Amino acid sequence: MTQPSPSFFKAVLAIARKDLAAEFRSRELLSAMLVFSMLVILIFNFALELNVDIRRTVTAGVLWTTFAFAGTLGLNRSMAVEKDRGCMDGLLLAPVDRSVIFFGKAISNLVFMLVVEAIVIPLYAMLYNETRIFQLEFIGVLLLGSIGYIAVGTLLSAMSVQTRTRDVLLPILLFPVAVPVLLASVKASGAIVAGLPFKDYVTPLNLLIVYDVIFIAVSYMIFDFVVEE
Amino acid sequence: MIEVKKLVKRFGLKTILKGVDFTVQPGEFVALLGPNGAGKTTFLRILASLSRPSLGSVKVAGYPLPNESAKVRARLGVVSHMPLLYPDLTAEENLEFYARMYGISNHQSRITEVLQMVGLEPRRRDLVRTFSRGMQQRLAIGRAILHDPEVVLFDEPYTGLDQDASEMLDDVLRSVAAKGRTVVMTSHDLARAEDLATRFDVLSRGVIAASGTKDDFKNSNLLDFYKRSLENRE
Repeated sequence: MTQPSPSFFKAVLAIARKDLAAEFRSRELLSAMLVFSMLVILIFNFALELNVDIRRTVTAGVLWTTFAFAGTLGLNRSMAVEKDRGCMDGLLLAPVDRSVIFFGKAISNLVFMLVVEAIVIPLYAMLYNETRIFQLEFIGVLLLGSIGYIAVGTLLSAMSVQTRTRDVLLPILLFPVAVPVLLASVKASGAIVAGLPFKDYVTPLNLLIVYDVIFIAVSYMIFDFVVEE
Repeated sequence: MIEVKKLVKRFGLKTILKGVDFTVQPGEFVALLGPNGAGKTTFLRILASLSRPSLGSVKVAGYPLPNESAKVRARLGVVSHMPLLYPDLTAEENLEFYARMYGISNHQSRITEVLQMVGLEPRRRDLVRTFSRGMQQRLAIGRAILHDPEVVLFDEPYTGLDQDASEMLDDVLRSVAAKGRTVVMTSHDLARAEDLATRFDVLSRGVIAASGTKDDFKNSNLLDFYKRSLENRE
């Protein structure tokens, strides 16, 4: 009997497509991430009572804090859905390299995070009267930072979801590991908001690119061992 | 079709399987029986390449595990007591997803064929979360046979089903086996196992304690065979 052979990329897209279809129907994950992000932005707005000069210096920090915590919510939920209904076994039973699961989940997690960012950024601009965050350079840093954060987050959520304390464990594991990505993102986006020239933030930008490549490569190499029983 | 030699599985210091020898010929329907904690699910998870053996050799459809697990998975269908389905997708979307994961070309006609076989064609566009437990289990079987596997593993497929749903599942299981597939099923429902299977193996305390066919029972039945097998181990 000849068995069909699935292609790597088609399987990756199938997982991402399935996650997006399920989420845009239930909206459980996106709504939780969005409400949380909006609340954080509002709380910062009231708590800091910022003047215009200080506002510019904290914009990057406030935004990345918001995205990091909201991203954790999404990462936890995205893997928990697979584990709780036994669907992780369904994915592991597919005749494909298991890194397919990593890339499929990472793509869908990245889309969720970018959707949240696309809604939160205009809200932030409105509340804080800050329009420099619409610059193309800022959006580029946002994208690179999100890729790195989601890459390492997807790997660690696959680890933590197998434990009883997964909700607590993921942030404890993720934040220390993601520090380089978050620091580089805050530095680069802070410099863009402050209107500094490209040469002043090229170093954190390069670091961000290197971290993205490293995190994706490491996740690709070890994901099979992470999901193995 | 399945060849297991001296299989040992340890979780830390606890040894679950203690040298299991198990062979299944093509087209056989084997019921794997045993008390709770005997290691049935662990054994099936190893056959399904979801867990690695600690020692021993395992071959499924001619390919060794874990070295050629992707080739084994392409020839294997698994149904457990969990349906492995996404509640926020329709029956059709669930099968489309798995068809893509298995690289099935021309999957629409195959999905229709499978849905007809498990009796869910009229509900193909309904969300799985609106399905009863029995319907979800039938769809789970559809998912498992979508890629026309040579070997199908059933882990307690009757768990949580009422009488009607169990009878419906009997018919689906018969039609799965009627296609000449090799089937291994774990179950606590001895009456159903006796009705469906061609061979009965009893797993007790990590080893196969007994193996027999209906001819071996003579004037007794599967329940007596099962009880005798467990008594002999004590």
